[in-house]
Amino acid sequence: MQALLAVSRGIDRVNEIVGKSVMWLILLAVLVSSGNAIVRKLFNWSSNSLLELQWYLFGAAFMGAAAYTLQQNEHIRIDVVYGTLKRRTQHWIDLLGHLFFTLPFVVLMTWLLVPYALQAYRSGQISTNAGGLIIWPARAILAAGFALLIAQAISEIIKKIAVMRGLIEDPHPFVSAHEAAELEGAQLAETVTKLADGEKR
Amino acid sequence: MLELIAINMAPIMFASLIVFLLLGYPVAFSLAANGLVFFAIGVWLAPWSAGTITLDWSLIGTMPQRVWGTMSNDTLLAIPFFTFMGIVLERSGMAEDLLDTVGQLFGPIRGGLAYAVIIVGALLAATTGVVAASVIAMGLISLPIMLRYGYDRRVASGVIAASGTLAQIIPPSLVLIVLADQLGRSVGDMYAGAFLPGMVLTGLYMLYVFAISVWRPDWVPALPPEARTLGHGVVSLLVAIAVCIGIGYGAHVWLSPTQGANADILGATVGVLAIYAYAVLDKSLKLNTMSRLAQQVIIVLIPPLALVFLVLGTIFLGIATPTEGGAMGALGAMVLAAMKGRLNYAVITQALASTTRLSAFVMFILIGARMFSLTFYGVNGHVWVEHLLVSLPGGETGFLIFVSVLVFFLAFFLDFFELAFIIVPLLVAPAEALGIDLIWFGVILAVNMQTSFMHPPFGFALFYLRSVAPRSPYNDKVTGARVAGVSTGQIYWGAVPFVVIQVVMIGITIAFPGMVMHYKGAVVDPSTIEIKVPTLNTLAPSGGATLGAPTLGAPTIGGTTLGAPTLGAPVLGEPDLGGGTDAAPAEGGAPALPKLGAPVVNP
Repeated sequence: MQALLAVSRGIDRVNEIVGKSVMWLILLAVLVSSGNAIVRKLFNWSSNSLLELQWYLFGAAFMGAAAYTLQQNEHIRIDVVYGTLKRRTQHWIDLLGHLFFTLPFVVLMTWLLVPYALQAYRSGQISTNAGGLIIWPARAILAAGFALLIAQAISEIIKKIAVMRGLIEDPHPFVSAHEAAELEGAQLAETVTKLADGEKR
Repeated sequence: MLELIAINMAPIMFASLIVFLLLGYPVAFSLAANGLVFFAIGVWLAPWSAGTITLDWSLIGTMPQRVWGTMSNDTLLAIPFFTFMGIVLERSGMAEDLLDTVGQLFGPIRGGLAYAVIIVGALLAATTGVVAASVIAMGLISLPIMLRYGYDRRVASGVIAASGTLAQIIPPSLVLIVLADQLGRSVGDMYAGAFLPGMVLTGLYMLYVFAISVWRPDWVPALPPEARTLGHGVVSLLVAIAVCIGIGYGAHVWLSPTQGANADILGATVGVLAIYAYAVLDKSLKLNTMSRLAQQVIIVLIPPLALVFLVLGTIFLGIATPTEGGAMGALGAMVLAAMKGRLNYAVITQALASTTRLSAFVMFILIGARMFSLTFYGVNGHVWVEHLLVSLPGGETGFLIFVSVLVFFLAFFLDFFELAFIIVPLLVAPAEALGIDLIWFGVILAVNMQTSFMHPPFGFALFYLRSVAPRSPYNDKVTGARVAGVSTGQIYWGAVPFVVIQVVMIGITIAFPGMVMHYKGAVVDPSTIEIKVPTLNTLAPSGGATLGAPTLGAPTIGGTTLGAPTLGAPVLGEPDLGGGTDAAPAEGGAPALPKLGAPVVNP
């Protein structure tokens, strides 16, 4: 089990690094997109490759962050029933969900997407828009995102079993969506107040 | 037996989806798993289904194309942009400044603080578009003042919670983006359609406060003179506004020979900039030719208004697409925060982290929904839903009322993203079959979803307010008096009148479609509701695809998408929706960008 937990930690580490770095791509997408708009208005010049770059960046951001989001238990749930169950039952739902809901789907998607990306790579396919970007990197991002999700699902399964056996702390004690809203509110209130205080000083 | 199951696959699949979702496992993967399980069952049972199941294993091969379509969707790109903009703004202190200043402006009249909350709520809705941020800012700034000067606790909390939810209905709300995407309409149209109802709703809230101030004046007292820190000086403000209009008009007249149509905007910009610059100078050089109130109002109000113009103005005028508007807004928000000295590394990383997280879970629900819809259409689920809904008594109105009630209740425990991605696609075909304009339909849905945000005891706005409202008695910072806390019951009761207003608003929207339909006014496309073959990049008029829609929708499944290798092919993926790409007629002026929205649209 310790060996498995070490694997899980390794996966978590990788996905954390990926998940936290891709967020900068959003900022880049903001700059590219607003830059496009300004340049088009002022100089009447636009480029399809820059337009496509916007969603390449966004795609990389959300595909890259999906595994990290799973790790952080941030994919939203409907907790009307789940919230009333015992923690033990919730663990079982999560474990079986990881095993039979997430894993088959992400494995299937990876299995379909890898050849899909490879085919675009081999044929050197280019977007049909004039001056568009080459396609394979975006498809590779899709495949990679799902591959990371496979790894993360495995890591989650390992951690869940360890938690259920009492080997490690529960990394994400259950918080209902409404409690989360209150917590988020309190946290935001604190941040805003702190920023305002900083200003006065 | 097998035949019975095979023929009734759609209802069985839908019922089991409810079970899958209620288990509480993350929605994105539950949806995908449901789709996958029933795909396998469907393929197995297809021979017994008398032709109602059109699934076979090769169809699973269309999934990469469907996911690709989701990713290359230009419309959805607006989601991270507007989210980022909202988070940066909520940390910029803009809301706090606005509430302080507008509160001072309206404070002296009875119910003034409540009006201020509503106006600022609408203004924040048009900029940040985040319910949590608005409610929390108001709960932190306005609620203590209202309590201090003896506002009724229910009225105070109700006004705050309700005004915060305006962010859901007033553009550039995320709800409208996802609805537009799922309904296959342009976001620009959806914004234009929702704008007036949003304003009417704001007006209804104010009317309610006015009614209270007439019949229960002691519930909404005016600020006492000692609390009016900015003093008087409304005349000075009026003079300033008059001067601003004068300069603007002058600039317009001066510029119109050379600039033509652009002179309107340029003239207004010159006028506003002039008065803003003057106010800033007046204050920093301590000339004080204006009253302090006028200075403050001008300095605080103009930047957010400029931001509203930068985002919504450019979208409505067709200068920018909603996606670009979002990017410009995000940039503008950073500039605004920087001007206030509030832009730092922590703010940006927090905003980016939240935005990325939201993007990931939203896009994955959408990807899960693509797997679900592949199977659901393959088992003729859309036909089943359509039969079910079209046969409702009362025709169009009956359908709208039924859907409103349905969405209203589902919204208690489904997030609006889940509603938009799971339920709304199923409603498109029936709505079209009944000849309902999809923008109008979308706005009705949006008002419903907004209502669920303030409906006790589940409404999220109430929880955000709860998190900042004092629970127990506290000593007021200014007067030093002991002030009682706000009970959860008071928050709930305060929301009730606003829920009633919402229901009235839904009724008004259903009764007066013209309020929404004006979005067609500026449209290049002259046809109104007649049959028009869905073509590329046009706004297929609502009823247009009516007859064709049900049949077209069916075989889509993605079978057709297979061939569509790349971006440019919006038609392929979505014959069912009638070309609802995102080339907004409202953006007529903009060069046609490659609109990638289409393939996703598939319900």
